[in-house]
Amino acid sequence: MAGYLFRRLVQSALILLGVSFITFVLLYVLPADPVRQIAGRSATAQTVENIRTQLGLDQPLLVQYGRYLAGLVQGDMGRSYLQKTEVSTLIAARLPASLLLMVGGIACELVIGLTLGVVAAVWRGRPLDQGLMVTSFVAVSAPQFVVGLLLLYVFAVQLGWFPIGGYGTAAHLVLPAVTLGIMGSGWYSRMMRSSMIDVLRQDYIRTARAKGLTRSRVLMRHALPNAILPIIAMIGIDIGIFMGGIVVVESVFGWPGIGQLAWQAIQRVDIPIIMGVTMVSAAAIVLGNLLADIITPLVDPRIRLR
Amino acid sequence: MKKLLLSTAFLAAALPALAQEYTPDPNAKPGGMITVTYKDDVATLDPAIGYDWQNWSMIKSLFDGLMDYVPGTTELRPGLASAYEINENGTVFTFTLREGVTFHNGRVMTAEDVKYSLDRVTNPETQSPGAGFFASIAGYDEMASGTATSLSGVEVIDPQTVKITLSRPDATFLHVMALNFASVVPKEAVEEYGTDFGKHPVGTGAFKLGEWSIGQRLVFEKNADYWRDGVPYLDGVTFEVGQEPIVALLRLQQGEVDVPGDGIPPAKFQEVMGDPEQAARVVEGGQLHTGYITLNVAMEPLDKLPVREAINMAINKERITQIINGRAVPATQPLPPSMPGYTEGYEGYAFGVEAAKAKLEEAGLSDGFSTELYVMNTDPNPRIAQAIQQDLKAIGVDVDIRSLAQANVIEAGGAGQAPMIWSGGMAWIADFPDPSNFYGPILGCAGAGEGGWNWSKFCDESIDDMATKADSMTDPSDPERLKMWSDVYMKVMEEAPWVPVFNEQRYTMKSARMGGDDALYVDPVSIPVNYDYVYVTE
Repeated sequence: MAGYLFRRLVQSALILLGVSFITFVLLYVLPADPVRQIAGRSATAQTVENIRTQLGLDQPLLVQYGRYLAGLVQGDMGRSYLQKTEVSTLIAARLPASLLLMVGGIACELVIGLTLGVVAAVWRGRPLDQGLMVTSFVAVSAPQFVVGLLLLYVFAVQLGWFPIGGYGTAAHLVLPAVTLGIMGSGWYSRMMRSSMIDVLRQDYIRTARAKGLTRSRVLMRHALPNAILPIIAMIGIDIGIFMGGIVVVESVFGWPGIGQLAWQAIQRVDIPIIMGVTMVSAAAIVLGNLLADIITPLVDPRIRLR
Repeated sequence: MKKLLLSTAFLAAALPALAQEYTPDPNAKPGGMITVTYKDDVATLDPAIGYDWQNWSMIKSLFDGLMDYVPGTTELRPGLASAYEINENGTVFTFTLREGVTFHNGRVMTAEDVKYSLDRVTNPETQSPGAGFFASIAGYDEMASGTATSLSGVEVIDPQTVKITLSRPDATFLHVMALNFASVVPKEAVEEYGTDFGKHPVGTGAFKLGEWSIGQRLVFEKNADYWRDGVPYLDGVTFEVGQEPIVALLRLQQGEVDVPGDGIPPAKFQEVMGDPEQAARVVEGGQLHTGYITLNVAMEPLDKLPVREAINMAINKERITQIINGRAVPATQPLPPSMPGYTEGYEGYAFGVEAAKAKLEEAGLSDGFSTELYVMNTDPNPRIAQAIQQDLKAIGVDVDIRSLAQANVIEAGGAGQAPMIWSGGMAWIADFPDPSNFYGPILGCAGAGEGGWNWSKFCDESIDDMATKADSMTDPSDPERLKMWSDVYMKVMEEAPWVPVFNEQRYTMKSARMGGDDALYVDPVSIPVNYDYVYVTE
């Protein structure tokens, strides 16, 4: 286990190094000049060159990357070109909101997705199952912007049950988390359905039935724990998907997370922020996958890590 | 007092508008908070750095410069200076400061602070996008090249007097001193916070920063010791950021928001204007904006004048204004109509497909040609680009639309790679209400170099000379000077490096409880509203 963990941690570090290099190169070759954005439209050529030199952007790519990396390993992500604030401060101020939304979103998609999946599996082939699967297909495909605005309009504006966007209380979290959850629930319900159908065909389920156990007991105690196993690994992967989807949801609901920060930075070619958010997101994804791999053998003794 | 009279006497001749002061609203009552929303987070509140329309008005309420504008107008009035004198040839400005003005930290503002602030904004290490505006101050070049750390042209005479010497006459200098970049900042606060001063602003303005939760909200609190009597009326302003314009509108309709800072979303514009109750709370006004198509005079076949004229004639500007729900008026020339120096009665290039084709024939291109149009990829700009594409198709010109992010379009324009650019989303909005502001960086030789904002790469030295001459006159509103500027833009139109398309109108929506003159809601300097002078009625 310790050897496995060590290997995975080294792998993770290498992945992050690769991500940082690729992102840095992509931003470097981008046909947009960050110095122009800083210097503004009225700047003289001299001002532009001064700023370029001060930021070290006149240096070759590898020198710039080396400097960035040297800072990064010491925990210094640099300063925003346009805000002049430390990138770490900006991300730290917004990360809790994004993590909260992600946890809320995962909770929602699990509750919605697993329930629907079980229901569909039990009544498989019936109209209820078919209806649910079509719904889940729509849920997966619906643009989050539309789902978010629809929920906002119905439950916040018309019914007044929740605040119209914003951040602060549990009530603020519900609609954005449900919006994220609806998208994810589509996948989970399908995964859960097929996994459940698979499990329900197993011999031990037949045995349990033959023992005379009630249908709900068979379902909850014998089928569900086994059917849920493959789902756990998905949660880790989900963190990555959420990092993408969160940008849209954050903007619809005015949720002050890192998605908004990244979006605005991309518009203005604020490279230190783009790099910072990319690295934090990549770290979250790598960590999520790592956690999924560690948790799986704990819940399923058949799997061993070596 | 004698000095004040003297200076006003001089200026009464020079700037008749300047003597006007703002009459406070008799109905205004103090108190109350308002909520303003924005989609984008506020980048900085450092007056030397902030240069977008969102933080511009916020910084204006936190800081003051020596000069200011009469609320709701483009007329200059003294700010932190109580009086000023200008020498005969317009190269020495002596400002007398108001007595007893204090910064938000309680310290009294002095002439040393004025000098420090100007040194700071022109120091290359500050990386101020506004440094170039101060180029006429003596000693600027030494600052820009890094051989000096202080402007030799700015002298502290005594704690209440500062003398600024220019290296050349600059008609726009008083406007420059009213820019946010010329705001007076306290040295000790800048040094305490360093580059984070933009998150911890300390000024002399009507409001001070109370709270800033990054990505969520900023709260401005009334500065009870503000040096202007009676204002601000509001106890404070809450800026909520990260709000989509459409969500902001829904919240306004629910009474949760007072002013949606990003305006009415285009998709909802007709719905709002069609409802008399809501339309009554929308204030319309002009703004110092022109939307244009740049024609790169260095690229074939746009280097031929008849081709550029043909394109000017082919564009149906009326139809393009319809695409944006009529929120603009068709333009004939680079200057917007409310700008001094605008040429009344000039019709521009009349729309006509046949005339345009004839011009192409004159250029030997009767079969047309293919070219590219760069455009920013946010609505409504791609739709406008399609209209331009159709208009040019009608005269046989095939246009390939390159729809890109703003920074990429700016890069292509600066590098001279773009044959045509539709300026939407990046269009010029004046920094100050003077005709010169539409020339230098976007039509003059100064901006035509690599990376400059003159995307036409148009550079005519004889026109540049005219512009320089007009700007060396001391009085910005001298009719002779305005005539010279009018001539400059007419000469530019003869060469047709642009297709001026429209001048956008501004529409500010407000909640029912907001009070104050309509002009305050379309203030040309403070967008969306002038926070210092608006009030609430309940």
